[in-house]
Amino acid sequence: MVKEDIIFAGFGGQGVMLMGRLLAYAGMKEDRHVSWMPSYGPEMRGGTANCTVIVSDKEIPSPLTSKADIVVAMNLPSLLKFLDKVKPGGKLFINTSLIEEDVARDDIEVIEVNANDIALEVGEGRVANMVMLGALINKVGIVKMDTIKSSLSDVLSKRNHDLLEVNKQALDNGAKLV
Amino acid sequence: MKEVAGKPAALTDKPFHYCPGCTHGIIHRLTAEVIDELGIREETIGIAPVGCSVLAYEYFDCDMHEASHGRAPAVATGVKRVHPDKVVFTYQGDGDLASIGTAEIVHAANRGENITTIFVNNAIYGMTGGQMAPTTLIDQKTKTSPAGRSRELTGSPLKISEMLSVLDGVTYLERVSVHDTKHIIKAKKAIKKAFEIQLAGKGFAMVEVLSTCPTNWGMTPIEAMKWLEENMIPIYKPGVLKDIEDGE
Amino acid sequence: MGEKVLMKGNEAIAEAAVKAGCRYFFGYPITPQNEIPAYLSWRLPEVGGVFLQAESEVAASNMVYGAAGAGARVLTSSSSPGISLKAEGISYIAGAELPAVIVNMMRGGPGLGGIQPAQSDYFQATKGMAHGDFHLLVLAPSSVQEAVDLTIDAFALADKYRNPVMLLADGMIGQMMEPVEFTREIDPETLPDKPWATNGAKGREKNIINSLALDPAELEKHNLKLKAKYDQMKEEEVRFASKGLDDAETVIVAYGTAARIAASAIELARQVGYKVGLIRPITLFPFPEEIINQTADKVANFLTIEMSTGQMIEDVRLAVNGKKPVHFYGRTGGMIPSPEEIFEQIKIIGGAKE
Ligand SMILES: Cc1ncc(C[n+]2csc(CCOP(=O)(O)OP(=O)(O)O)c2C)c(N)n1
Ligand code: SF4
Repeated sequence: MVKEDIIFAGFGGQGVMLMGRLLAYAGMKEDRHVSWMPSYGPEMRGGTANCTVIVSDKEIPSPLTSKADIVVAMNLPSLLKFLDKVKPGGKLFINTSLIEEDVARDDIEVIEVNANDIALEVGEGRVANMVMLGALINKVGIVKMDTIKSSLSDVLSKRNHDLLEVNKQALDNGAKLV
Repeated sequence: MKEVAGKPAALTDKPFHYCPGCTHGIIHRLTAEVIDELGIREETIGIAPVGCSVLAYEYFDCDMHEASHGRAPAVATGVKRVHPDKVVFTYQGDGDLASIGTAEIVHAANRGENITTIFVNNAIYGMTGGQMAPTTLIDQKTKTSPAGRSRELTGSPLKISEMLSVLDGVTYLERVSVHDTKHIIKAKKAIKKAFEIQLAGKGFAMVEVLSTCPTNWGMTPIEAMKWLEENMIPIYKPGVLKDIEDGE
Repeated sequence: MGEKVLMKGNEAIAEAAVKAGCRYFFGYPITPQNEIPAYLSWRLPEVGGVFLQAESEVAASNMVYGAAGAGARVLTSSSSPGISLKAEGISYIAGAELPAVIVNMMRGGPGLGGIQPAQSDYFQATKGMAHGDFHLLVLAPSSVQEAVDLTIDAFALADKYRNPVMLLADGMIGQMMEPVEFTREIDPETLPDKPWATNGAKGREKNIINSLALDPAELEKHNLKLKAKYDQMKEEEVRFASKGLDDAETVIVAYGTAARIAASAIELARQVGYKVGLIRPITLFPFPEEIINQTADKVANFLTIEMSTGQMIEDVRLAVNGKKPVHFYGRTGGMIPSPEEIFEQIKIIGGAKE
């Protein structure tokens, strides 16, 4: 049975909800069971935002997870909040463009991605989320990169469709990092 | 007594949770300054609404009572009838006062309850994420009027202050704004007067304060101030709507 | 149609209402259900329907009362504090025997409470909605797809019984996204006539929509007629899902979100040899008493899991009727129990394994 629980966390505006939705959407396209559960409420106003995505070959019982296989931390507050949530043996992706601290756990694999820097190289600071997602997909699979790319136009709101190509580029450049 | 640099004693040390550029904070401060100047902090009971200012009970350093959505004037009536010698004020948003709580404000005003109401009109529902309010302007886009507010479908911006001003129970009613210093000074004067009327036992007094919601208007704080001035002021004209002391 | 889309629970319910032929919505903003009115504010005009934001929930439920009396398929939605205000209109709708669908995306209470998911309105939904001798038919989805299917069913059930139907979910079902398929679409033009509706007495006797009956004998007759409907619901509408009952020693009873989490706990427990099953009520009224009562003959005990301090457990106990112990575990106020916490309870009840 393949089941992956992933938590994406960052501050509002970093596009962590979008990362999660894109992965869930791609999972759905590959006929997997998926769920996407956002945090909601006042904490999102300027604070941290996070979502839990589950992709599974079986029906998904709880759409929340106590111990995630993968945590993606896009900023320091998210790292502090979710470090303990990574399963022993699980993977932690951290955005080293914004996180300088060392990770105080040695029972997990830490993957460092300087997402904002790479995004700026692509020429669009806002696509740091896609750099990170590219790295994640290349490292752990879950779904095919092609499915992620072909899902973009469905998941991105229409007014952002001029950014489709930049997003794809960011996914590729992120993938190259790992 | 704690006197933090420039902070009114009638405000606690709790940092406001309001979004950057939101004018709720200014209106809190003006109200608190007036309470200080009148020396009534220990005599005052405030009624907090449901809306972004729901946590007003944490900010005002006087006795506070949190009401259910729209019912602050009824709660205030209960408190004031038990303590007629105390100062009772409500602090309410436009959804709270002019939508779900229309009945309560009309009847408290009509009874001439000897209370003070600070009515914060930002033409939108802030707390729930930017839905249309009865005060929303024609063509203004909100979450529940995505194509802009249409008069045919939802009527016109509700001028509740004008409505209330015709009631015999209302002693004083003024509309003010806080989009620049000149207006802020005027706003404070009006709020002070609304409390003084209560202290003199003269009946119901209300100040409508035009306010911004940069977050749900989708603007920067500066744009929001400008939008208020250019769009709200022509519809909601500042000025004294009723003042029976003036023989109006 | 028939294509899978990824949708938030709230939006999926809104679309399902449209697919069910509902063209009228009256509501008032409240978290965590705001996506329902926001969605319908553009979607209903698109299909020639009416979206109206009322000045309060009291008004909204009375607008629903009017529209339902006028013969329309009509929806309103809210969350806990708003449902309390809607109670007035709902009692009149039940008294006047009108079909209407009400969504409650529960949040923690009482009073203003919080905005995180809870199941603390079970009593209100199934027993104490408002004054008078009446029941709602209550449906409790535990996934976005089920929310869609039950929303569409809700309108049909409301029409069948001329009774208000409540979709009882929580902030989690409302906010989460899962793939959904819309396999049914009903054209409101093709729905059967409602000869009792107030649509103008052209060439017929006048119709009256009413809940007043001053003569106690007459009102009692009306109450008994309503009771007959509730009895018929108990005969015909009970729905539940179950899992692992064949070999279960302990059976968890949970609905909605709590049932999803309980299912995860059961996976953990079964891996180490605890034989645990699940009964998930889908209709909360009528309550699946019979399956619980029958199961009580075969298992050692029950564990009720709720996001409250214990409300449905009273119905579980009534159904078990003293045959076996019924335990309880709940988190409340917007806290969500974890599978591990539930697993701990299973261990306490089931004793040590190995
Ligand atoms: C009975 C009830 N219905 C709905 C809500 C949800 N609600 C909370 S605040 C609010 C509107 C607030 O808008 P407004 O009064 O304009 O104040 P603002 O947030 O803009 O300051 C609503 C509808 C509630 N808490 N209770
Ligand atoms: S949402 Fe609007 S009213 Fe509420 S705090 Fe933010 S800016 Fe102010």
